Amino acid sequence: MSDATQPHSEISSTRDYSLTGASSRQAEEVGLAAAEWYHSDVPRKTMKAMMKRRDGPALRDTAIWIALHILFAAGGIYFWGSWIAVPFWLAYGVMYGSASDSRWHECGHGTPFRTRWMNDVVYHIASFQLIRNPVNWRWSHARHHTDTLIVGRDPEIAWMHPINLFLKALAFVGFVDTWASFKTLARNALGILSDDERIYIPETEWPKAAFWARVHLALFALTALAVLLMLANGMGWKSAIPILLIGGPRVYGCWHMVLTALLQHGGLPEDVTDHRLNSRTLYMNPISRWIYWNMNYHIEHHMFPMVPYYALPALHDEIKHDLPAPNTSIWDGYKEMMGAVMKQRRDPSHAVRKTLPPTAKPYNEFLHKHVPDRSDAG
Amino acid sequence: MPWIDAIAADDVEEEDVIRWDHDDKTYVIIRSPDDEFFCTAGLCTHEHVHLSDGMVMDHEIECPRHNGIFDYRTGKALRAPACEHLSTYETKKEGDRIFVNVP
Repeated sequence: MSDATQPHSEISSTRDYSLTGASSRQAEEVGLAAAEWYHSDVPRKTMKAMMKRRDGPALRDTAIWIALHILFAAGGIYFWGSWIAVPFWLAYGVMYGSASDSRWHECGHGTPFRTRWMNDVVYHIASFQLIRNPVNWRWSHARHHTDTLIVGRDPEIAWMHPINLFLKALAFVGFVDTWASFKTLARNALGILSDDERIYIPETEWPKAAFWARVHLALFALTALAVLLMLANGMGWKSAIPILLIGGPRVYGCWHMVLTALLQHGGLPEDVTDHRLNSRTLYMNPISRWIYWNMNYHIEHHMFPMVPYYALPALHDEIKHDLPAPNTSIWDGYKEMMGAVMKQRRDPSHAVRKTLPPTAKPYNEFLHKHVPDRSDAG
Repeated sequence: MPWIDAIAADDVEEEDVIRWDHDDKTYVIIRSPDDEFFCTAGLCTHEHVHLSDGMVMDHEIECPRHNGIFDYRTGKALRAPACEHLSTYETKKEGDRIFVNVP
């Protein structure tokens, strides 16, 4: 499936992932910022058909998603005090803390529903579930698409060097991320944006970022108030229910989101301008695909972000002759990714380089050869 | 401003877009679902991506890279990350040709 991995630049173990540092300037100097990226050829007529939006599939999936929230929460509450409640809460957690991520992502692109306000409503609900400021993340994700895995430009790089495996493992129970998210919300609610946020969010949007941070914090405060009132009324352990319903699942239900998201670019090279090199498409079981809304077709998504999730399998069929062979399962993807990650811990210049089929056009490597020497970074 | 003979009407399908370059500038000509022709600047105001690879739906055009949306009749930016409006240009149809009034 993949060649022997090869170094793609002279990279030190410490890199500057901030958007205001040396790496950012270097990326601009060598033309890696807002560069032209490789796209597979797709006839305009075919692409038009794939980009077509329909409300039906997303309405169906959203209705199921909401129904499962209600069903699993009702089961968890009904069986409270019995072990039977546990699987209900675990399943609720995945709906709330993992399936929300793909809804957030797709609706942020505005692609699942033809009706625009439906995308916006689901986007805001999912943002709240994930404790993400809906303004900040809309803009950070736009930047992620402009400069995917370009060091100093992409604010959403999951695997930063040097890799801390303990923190990565901890991400499967979202304590650290949740704490960081609350700190960001609190900061934004005070009207303060970080240096990076000021880079990728236009100034006209800053008041909106503060507004939504305040809305989210107010809703979390109401949840905490409900817990206190239940405790005051002597409801004991049952007082945990509001937290298990709201906010808590970001911790105990995020594991599937992390499981799939780490695969998107993990072990693949930074500072290239071909999504076939830095993104991973893989096949996975139908339940994970439903939770993940087909984002396992990740190369396809990055090349053509206008294609809604329900058309990604067809897009995959259309361009797979031009892509490296997909990993065959989540397990297969992890084997490849973790093999590379373990090597990257000693040699950050190491990356998986997948073989293209004979029918594919060669990798777009012009810029790749001009990647800056990062040995002075950090 | 001069009227420039830009494209043949049949060069672009209904509810679709085509790129048109003139005098070192790039534009798009859009054919609406009701068979009217419109012309706007060719690059998205967000990050200067060619809108000709985007999607036309009803009276909106969507940028192919970040999904910013504009009303192509007025150029108004309707959805982030598109915040600045697009420039628009008059068009007219004479026979099977589309003319654009450009500066």
